[in-house]
Amino acid sequence: MSTMTRTPELHPAANLPTRVSLADTLSQTMTMAWRAMLKMRRNFEQFFDVTLQPLLFTAMFAVIFGGAVSGDVSSYLPILIPGLIAQTVMTACVATGVQLREDMDKGVFDRFRVLPISRIAPLAGPMVADTLRYAIAATLTFATGIAMGYRPGGGVVGLTGAIVLAVFTGWSLAWVFTWFGTVGKSAQIVQGYSLMVMFPLTFLSNAFVPASTLPDWLQTFVKLNPVSHVVSAVRSLANEGTITAEVGWSVLALAIVVAIFAPLSVRSFKRKI
Amino acid sequence: MTTHHFSTEVDSGPTAELAVEAHGLVKVFGDQRAVDGVDLVVRRGEVFGVLGPNGAGKTTMLKMLATLLPIDGGEGSIFGVDVRTNPHVVRQLLGVTGQYASVDENLTATENLVLFGRLQGLSRPAARETAARLLTQFGLEEAATKQIAQFSGGMRRRLDLAASLITRPPLIFLDEPTTGLDPRTRGQMWTTIRELVEQGSTILLTTQYLDEADQLADRIAVIDQGRKVAEGTSDELKSSVGRSTLQLQLVSADDIPVAASIAERLIGESPVLTPEARRMNIALQRSDQAVDVLVGLREQQIHIDSVTVQKPSLDEVFLALTGHDTGEGGADTDPPTGRDSNDLEAVR
Repeated sequence: MSTMTRTPELHPAANLPTRVSLADTLSQTMTMAWRAMLKMRRNFEQFFDVTLQPLLFTAMFAVIFGGAVSGDVSSYLPILIPGLIAQTVMTACVATGVQLREDMDKGVFDRFRVLPISRIAPLAGPMVADTLRYAIAATLTFATGIAMGYRPGGGVVGLTGAIVLAVFTGWSLAWVFTWFGTVGKSAQIVQGYSLMVMFPLTFLSNAFVPASTLPDWLQTFVKLNPVSHVVSAVRSLANEGTITAEVGWSVLALAIVVAIFAPLSVRSFKRKI
Repeated sequence: MTTHHFSTEVDSGPTAELAVEAHGLVKVFGDQRAVDGVDLVVRRGEVFGVLGPNGAGKTTMLKMLATLLPIDGGEGSIFGVDVRTNPHVVRQLLGVTGQYASVDENLTATENLVLFGRLQGLSRPAARETAARLLTQFGLEEAATKQIAQFSGGMRRRLDLAASLITRPPLIFLDEPTTGLDPRTRGQMWTTIRELVEQGSTILLTTQYLDEADQLADRIAVIDQGRKVAEGTSDELKSSVGRSTLQLQLVSADDIPVAASIAERLIGESPVLTPEARRMNIALQRSDQAVDVLVGLREQQIHIDSVTVQKPSLDEVFLALTGHDTGEGGADTDPPTGRDSNDLEAVR
């Protein structure tokens, strides 16, 4: 058994590629996305945060803050709905990171690490699948708002644009929480960190109240916060159907977030035992 | 601690003939050297067993060679490809089956295999075909559409092994493939591993079961506290501790003192006595010294009930090499077969 005679054959490592091509990376990411979709379908509770939460929060926030901020509910809706979309998408992003952490603790990630595949695919795959969740969240928030009397001036085109921007926002910001997922020691810790980042980012923005009502020092933060730009951009898209400079600023800020956190995530994923 | 080498040095042929080559591997966790300068050479086509108790550093060593853990010191290569500088190529040459089944709980058996096939570049039809073939080969076709969460431990391990074989890698790492399995399932796993060997795979196997190493491995390295304490074939390891034992049971317990003094005079070492069982054990330098003792006893008219000459078991080898036993025990972790019958050579 130990001394099998072999006819001369190629060196087993001959002609093997030394790195993963971009095309392979894309197809591996899509395969990982397929896996994430299969899992979502089997675990329907994963959709609660993007289905029940938009319905509940839209109704709740409108009734609670409507009178105080805008005098009445229906004039508050054009301000609130885009803000809520940002918030719901952020919540869904947090789930992306927490679920990644849970997933990484399972044995199957050991196999992903030892397979000759791109190191980014196991992280990027679930994020691609999660764009579906962001789309559901954004659409349902608009739908609830419309049911409560919100009349977006941007029409179907404006709303579609707003949803696309919301999905892109979710995908980009999810890299922050994915990074938490790769560094946090447990799913609970990841959740804790993520909420500490998520709440200031959403509430210290123009999502629920006009920035002008805030103290000066806070206004500076609000203006730098990418979430503020996204909310402004979504407002102009949905309410007026116009593409303002805010869209550009949002995309730029989000691209910077991805450029920072995607490499960080891959690096710490590689290090993880 | 010195390393005992029993095998002849591996001849320096083309490096591709060496499936695994590692020199001075080191892994440090905090102030503990989990792997402390291990050399390892696995030839193509052989089954190499790494034997050691829990926490000896076996899995850590394997993880370093499988690109799962950074190497802190020394170097390792797989078919001549450096693990550190060329991990992507190494991953293409390796199939790894871990200590705990690394398959997706929420997916069915088929979906798991299709997933791993697609990730490794198989087309959708090819991935399905491979999945079906492997499920049949591993006797899992009935469970094809079941979620893994409903699988038994043995089925998970088999699926895990199947998942490592999708691209037919030339080298397979099996990290404690039967730990925690019941005896029957362990037997099935052994059969599967033997079939792989027949198909020409090179296998690096870690185990804490002496029996498993004895049954499956062509050569064995004994690892203890991060160091290699011995290496050789199972037989070489056994004869290294040397010495066979002559086990005698006398007809009368009264003869024991006389018999003991005869044995001591002939062999030069005092035997171990258990008078209540009319037994004495005599350590031998060479097995044929048994004859000298038997002739001596016959001359003194001492009658013998039974005689056995026994080679040391791997358990005893382990004890002799490391100064402690393997730490295995308890009904649920005992190997399925008792002591290996090859160890017993009865002389009557």
